Amino acid sequence: MSHPTDLRYTNDHEWLRAEGGKATVGITHFAVEQLGDITLIELPAVGAAVTKGTRFGTVESVKSVSDLYAPISGTVVAVNGALKDRPELVNEGPYADGWMITIEPTNAGEVEELLTAAAYGELLASQA
Amino acid sequence: MGMGGPHAAFMAAKDDMRRQMPGRIIGVSRDAKGKPAYRLALQTREQHIRRERATSNICTAQVLLAVMASMYAVYHGPDGLRRIAHRARGWTAVIAAGLAKLGVPARAGAFFDTLRVDLDPMRQAKVLAAATEHGLNLRRYDDGVGIACDETTSLADVHAVLECFAPTGELALDVGALANSTQAPALPAALARTSPFLTHPTFERYHAEHEMLRYLNRLAAKDLSLTTSMIPLGSCTMKLNATTEMLPVTWPEFGRIHPFAPADQTAGYRAMFTQLETWLAEITGLPGVSLQPNSGAQGEYAGLLAIRGYHLARGDHHRTVCLIPTSAHGTNPASAVMAGFEVVAVAAAADGTIDLADLRAKADKHAASLGALMVTYPSTHGVFEEGIREVCEIVHAHGGQVYMDGANMNAQVGLTRPAECGADVCHLNLHKTFCIPHGGGGPGMGPIAVAAHLAPYLPGHPLAQDSAVGAVSAAPWGSASILPISFAYIAMMGGEGLKRATQVAILGANYIAHRLDAHYPVLYRGDHGRVAHELIVDCRQFKKSAGIEAEDIAKRLMDYGFHAPTMSFPVPGTLMIEPTESESQAELDRFCEAMIAIRGEIAAIERGEMDRANNPLKHAPHTAAAVSGTEWGRPYSREQGAFPAPWLRDHKYWPPVARVDNAYGDRNLVCTCPPMSAYE
Repeated sequence: MSHPTDLRYTNDHEWLRAEGGKATVGITHFAVEQLGDITLIELPAVGAAVTKGTRFGTVESVKSVSDLYAPISGTVVAVNGALKDRPELVNEGPYADGWMITIEPTNAGEVEELLTAAAYGELLASQA
Repeated sequence: MGMGGPHAAFMAAKDDMRRQMPGRIIGVSRDAKGKPAYRLALQTREQHIRRERATSNICTAQVLLAVMASMYAVYHGPDGLRRIAHRARGWTAVIAAGLAKLGVPARAGAFFDTLRVDLDPMRQAKVLAAATEHGLNLRRYDDGVGIACDETTSLADVHAVLECFAPTGELALDVGALANSTQAPALPAALARTSPFLTHPTFERYHAEHEMLRYLNRLAAKDLSLTTSMIPLGSCTMKLNATTEMLPVTWPEFGRIHPFAPADQTAGYRAMFTQLETWLAEITGLPGVSLQPNSGAQGEYAGLLAIRGYHLARGDHHRTVCLIPTSAHGTNPASAVMAGFEVVAVAAAADGTIDLADLRAKADKHAASLGALMVTYPSTHGVFEEGIREVCEIVHAHGGQVYMDGANMNAQVGLTRPAECGADVCHLNLHKTFCIPHGGGGPGMGPIAVAAHLAPYLPGHPLAQDSAVGAVSAAPWGSASILPISFAYIAMMGGEGLKRATQVAILGANYIAHRLDAHYPVLYRGDHGRVAHELIVDCRQFKKSAGIEAEDIAKRLMDYGFHAPTMSFPVPGTLMIEPTESESQAELDRFCEAMIAIRGEIAAIERGEMDRANNPLKHAPHTAAAVSGTEWGRPYSREQGAFPAPWLRDHKYWPPVARVDNAYGDRNLVCTCPPMSAYE
């Protein structure tokens, strides 16, 4: 199971892409595999404040419901509206069309606290 | 009426409220062949997944009653229902006309089937006395009486009703002539229905009795019920619903009594309630019993309200924490939240038992606010936990009360009692342990039994029982008319019989554990290597070895003529099997042979003799259309698909749909029946 090397990760299997002072967040391929067919994604509205480590939304599959935790604190500046009608985009491309929200970080330093791709690879290996 | 129940209620919601709806939702999806298929939709709303955040937790469903109501509509159709309504309203109009002639007019205003007549106290007493004489119950208001008609109302009934109001006691009116000359007044335009209803063709097709009979029979044939095979659903206790137990439900003496009929007309019911309460108190060791809760979930709610009431009465307003083991049924945390508790999870140890160290730590941490613990015994892992008394002692020592979930009571009756374990409250699923049929999800019954100190906080009812706690259901004794089933079961079994049933249920589960262990590892066992009345078999290893999941095995069992066991509860990727005492050794063997044969099919995939994606498990269940179609194109025979075991030659259950697409159904929620053309 490959995961992009240019992203940062959390222990809860979310990824974060830091780009131009903003951070885009989604869930990893491993998370998608665990969830199965995703049927509903609840996300915050643009402008909402999110706090590192707290719930910012939920993702439902046919047989489970899981919380989404914010990898960093900040303000939501974009939400992937396509997921409302097509939650399967997350199954099809978790690192691409399946992105969830973009955050303007309160403290850009928090990004550096997240797992590197290598560290996340070790986490996956330990869970295999 | 059945003394108050059971009955179904229907509700509808706007699209954006659908996820907040209680109960279960049936939606339309499609099967592997693209045909419409019904399934339980949006299960992620429900308590078994969403736990303390669930909003669905009122009761599982009242399916059987909903079916009865639906079939009434199917048989009569929109025109028939309109005729029935007009008839009831017509008789109401005749009574209104008669009352006017007798000089005691009903209250003015538009009416449908009900009238209210104002009377002075002397006249009211006379009318009610006359009604009793005629075998009629009129509604008693402080300042008069109420009268309602329905489709069973006859000319004789109307005559009798009017006679109650005749000043001399003899009615001088010619009611037949009055009926012929009375025209019900037009309904107010704002209330008259103008839009069509029951527009689906199903409501026009079955108005002849033969058509109706065959329609019902065709629907029944789609079900895989206990009439075909054992239903090994763990935690459901699918035992025999004996005819003798069921018969009284049809007796008018039980069925045709209003829940608020005068007490002297319901002496038989009351004797049964008292006897049943005494028996249930003896079985649980808890002396206070309420028959009011209509389901397990409602029992939990009522039991927790009793605990809450007890704490409040002692001034312990702060005791609001409810400890719940992670292995608990999802209903537990959902009920706790509904009853106003804050849920704190207690971890499970590696062997599946409650982690006593974690329990102690959580109880210590919340000592000042500990209200209750909810625990299931035997545990949801199908094991008699040896630490159960210690668990209860820890909670009591920290000021909490112990709620025992009665889901697994079928392993306790006659052998031990919730009170012996240390519980203060428990509910009893009469539809599991005490033979009320499950009816596809109801009607069930969830009476609660409580220790003496909690008895003042049992549910009350403004028209029947005094209590510090309010009613939890509309009728004082819940779904009273199905109580004769449990009554008859206990009466026929006696103490020794009930104990023997428990022993045989446990023996059956251990027999299956013994036969299946070499093929599917049994996940949890007690300290003596035994399971309780149910067992969990592990299927997780097959995902890696053969690409097979628990769901594939569950679906494949249908091809062998069996209902699936409980899937992925309480452990994802496993099957939980509960045989009950009602299954013979021959049936247990047949089930084990089906499971072992499926294990053989998995082994063929593991050995590479069968494809990981194109095999009988992944294509299960096999419909008649699939195996008899011109196209087959699979690497196994049609016979292996649909007739994999010898007994199927004697009797074959045909699944009505192939594998259902779960994700499609949840992503495209449709709860309206598709047009008939979709099936053709």
